[in-house]
Amino acid sequence: MKWIDYESPTTVDEAVGLLAHHRENARILAGGTDLIVQMRLGQRQPAVVINVKGIPELNEITYSPESGLTLGASAPCYKIYDDSKLQKTYPGLMDSAELIGGIQIQGRASIGGNLCNAAPSADAIPALIAHSAICRIVGPDGTREVPVEDFCTGVRETVIQPNEMLINLHIPPPAPRFGARYIRFIPRNEMDIAVVGVGASVVLDNGTIKTARVALASVAPTPLFLKNLGAELEGKPANEESLNMAGQIAKKASRPITDMRGTIEYRKHLCDVLTRRALQTAINRAKEAR
Amino acid sequence: MPAKTYVKSKINGEDTEFLVEPRQSLLEALRDVLQLTGSKEGCNDGNCGACTVMLDGRIVTSCLVLAVESNDSEITTIEGIAGPEGLHPIQQAFLENAALQCGICTPGFIVASKALLDREPNPTEDRIRFWLANNLCRCTGYDKIVRAVLDASQKMQVATK
Repeated sequence: MKWIDYESPTTVDEAVGLLAHHRENARILAGGTDLIVQMRLGQRQPAVVINVKGIPELNEITYSPESGLTLGASAPCYKIYDDSKLQKTYPGLMDSAELIGGIQIQGRASIGGNLCNAAPSADAIPALIAHSAICRIVGPDGTREVPVEDFCTGVRETVIQPNEMLINLHIPPPAPRFGARYIRFIPRNEMDIAVVGVGASVVLDNGTIKTARVALASVAPTPLFLKNLGAELEGKPANEESLNMAGQIAKKASRPITDMRGTIEYRKHLCDVLTRRALQTAINRAKEAR
Repeated sequence: MPAKTYVKSKINGEDTEFLVEPRQSLLEALRDVLQLTGSKEGCNDGNCGACTVMLDGRIVTSCLVLAVESNDSEITTIEGIAGPEGLHPIQQAFLENAALQCGICTPGFIVASKALLDREPNPTEDRIRFWLANNLCRCTGYDKIVRAVLDASQKMQVATK
């Protein structure tokens, strides 16, 4: 690994000042489970690494039924799934936090980092889209908000400018009868990269789907938010016929490539199957929710 | 010549001060600076778990932590697992169940297994396999390791009764 300088600011202002000074030469370090590997391989070669784990706002995990969840950008996965209240309230996010890497990786890796790393296969992003997360980004001109579905702009590229950083994710409190799910297909049981991943959420009104959100991983350069699929499901009964329709829409909308993990045909088939399964579990969870 | 960075942390119960380059991983600092060579380098990208250590109460792959990040933290490595009376029950169980062959992965498995049994004294086989998914072993086929952890779990519970 090339020589790096190391900074460990303790306030947001200090971090923004460092970014303004170093710009493209700096890279934010949260859990480090992607960045350190990339630096070792020479894929990223920042001159300065800015560790943000010492900034209180970036470690914050607060939840209230009125305002929802504020998830600091560097909060590690285990802190999220160790919180029993969050388990029930944000089930799709929990699914992701529990399957990113193994226990060791989850001790460091953050949901915010998974988002900023912007891999097409990122497990957290479809779940964040299903939960309607908002990204809060800070820069020299203050804070701006970006819906998570608009955050990734290409493979490992995001809306974050060189003088900006992600502070936290805000996830609104779920509506009554809300359920969510993230599932992925991998050839082994743990510790692998999604061949296809699907995040889904629904709000039910008796047996009818009031609203739905579905997003796919590993089938396009960025996580794919299927806005039209949600619109098609609105007002439909929460039954097999609706799920079959959803599966077909997801299959058509996906734009996968053939690589070592699967062919285009295989991935398209998985989009259909996993979308139906993710929606079914989201519906089941919504029925159990109050 | 760029300067090295001063780091102070508690390693295996002892206050420890050392100098590192910011690009050095915690694993490199443990092995090359502090001569704590029990933690092993396998893949150096977080997949194999041979470098697993406890950092502030959680297991981490020390190849994916910069040594400078460990300033003001508490670290337990494989060297800190055995007590003054001898081997830890998990280490004893690994020996008795022949849960190692070449031994490279063993320090990581033992540190990870101890973290599990400290939190959950009576895990199921499924739970053990899930918990240890970030540790790879190319010799044993895992069954002996899982049996050793189950064995250690039973013996440690009998010992505390």
